[in-house]
Amino acid sequence: MEKGNGYCFSMTVPNILIFPIAIFIIFIIRILFVIHQSRKPLRNLPSKAVSTLIVLGSGGHTAEMINLIRVLQRDRFTPRVYVAASTDNMSLQKAQVLEASMVDQAGLDKLKETAKFMQIYRSREVGQSYLTSIGTTLIALVHALLLMIKIRPQMILCNGPGTCFPLCAIAFLFKVLGIRWSSIFYVESIARVKRLSLSGLLLYKLHMADLIFVQWPHLQKKYPRTLYVGCLM
Amino acid sequence: MGGGRVENDDNGVKSKKTVFVTVGTTCFDALVKAVDTLEVKEELSRKGYTHLIIQMGRGSYIPKKSTEEEGVLAVDYFTFSSSIADHLKSASLVISHAGSGSIFETLKLGKPLIVVVNEDLMDNHQCELAEELAERKHLFYGRPQTLNQTIQSMDLETLIPYTPGNAMPVAKIINRFLGFPDD
Repeated sequence: MEKGNGYCFSMTVPNILIFPIAIFIIFIIRILFVIHQSRKPLRNLPSKAVSTLIVLGSGGHTAEMINLIRVLQRDRFTPRVYVAASTDNMSLQKAQVLEASMVDQAGLDKLKETAKFMQIYRSREVGQSYLTSIGTTLIALVHALLLMIKIRPQMILCNGPGTCFPLCAIAFLFKVLGIRWSSIFYVESIARVKRLSLSGLLLYKLHMADLIFVQWPHLQKKYPRTLYVGCLM
Repeated sequence: MGGGRVENDDNGVKSKKTVFVTVGTTCFDALVKAVDTLEVKEELSRKGYTHLIIQMGRGSYIPKKSTEEEGVLAVDYFTFSSSIADHLKSASLVISHAGSGSIFETLKLGKPLIVVVNEDLMDNHQCELAEELAERKHLFYGRPQTLNQTIQSMDLETLIPYTPGNAMPVAKIINRFLGFPDD
C-alpha cells in the first residue's frame, strides 16, 4: 500500500513542475543562507579597501550621514560612490564639499579616483501616498538596477531615504545570486525615536541589512535585532 | 546663553535681543501666523526681546514688517537665505519647525530653542524627536495655537545644554564587522 501511495504522489506532480520547484527550493535555501551569513562579521579579511556606496537623503539625513563619513577611514572605504535622489541637489553638493575638504586634509588630489557622485530616481517623495508609490517604485527599481550593475559595491551605507530600499534589495539579490557579496549597513535617522521608518522597517522585517543601527534606546528595545549606538548628531 | 553683540552694552542703550523663526525648506504658515499675532509679539517683548526675524520658507502668509519702536518688537522676514547659520548665531532665542537639521544646528550653537510641531504633515514622525528632546530638557516644545503660552511659561534656566553626538561607535562596529583591525 505504501509503495502505491508514493507512486500516486509522483503522478500528481507533473514532471515539468519538478524542475521549477527544485529551483525554488534551492533559491529559498540560498536566501536563508545569505540571511544567516549576513549576520556574521566577515571572516576573510577584505583586501586593503572596500568599495562603498553611500546613499544620501535630504536635509537631516544627509547631515547625519556626513557626520559618519567624516569618521570613517578614507583609505579603507574607497572608492566611494555617493547616490542621491535626482530631485535633491543639495545632498550631493554637501558630499562634494566633504570630499573636497578631505582631499585638502590629505594634501592629495585624488578626489576623482576615490569619489563619484550619482543621481537616482526617487521611489517615494515626502508626503506621496503609498498607493502611487508602487508605480514610481518600479521605475526607481529599474534605474537602481542599472546603477548597481555599474557600481557593484562591497558595502552599502544608508540612513533612511526612500531611495535606499531599492538599492539594498538589489544588493541583497546580488548576494543571493552570487553576483556580488556586499555588507549592507543601515543607520536609522535620529528623527526616529519610537518607530523605524518605512525603509528601516522593510530592511528589518525582510532581513536584508547586515546591521541596523538605531540612535534611541527605546527603538532598540522594540526591534531587538538592531544595535543602539547613541546619537550621531 | 549667546545673544546679540550689543547685549552687554552698559551705556543704557537697550540691548538687542533677536528671536529667529525658521521653517527650513517647508511650508509652515501656521507657525508664521502664530508668531505674527499680537499676543506672541507682546509676550516676546515682555520677555525682553527686541527683534523678530522670520525665515518663512515656502509659505504664502506674509507677516507684517515693522521697525523698532519703544516697547514694540521690530519684525523682518525673508523666504530663504544661505546664511541661516549666521542668523542662528546672532539670535537670542530660536523658534523652529521640527526638522532634525534645524533642531541640531540650533542645539549645537547652545541657543535656547522652541520647536513648534506642524500638525498638517501626513507622516508626522518629527514630533517624536522634539518630544524626546523636550523630555530631556534640551528644548521647549509647543503647537502654533499655544505658542504664546509656551513663551510665557518657558524658563531658560531649566534648559540642559545638548552634548553633540558621536559617530565613532558606528564606525568602530562597521570596521570590526568588515574585519579591519582597530586603530
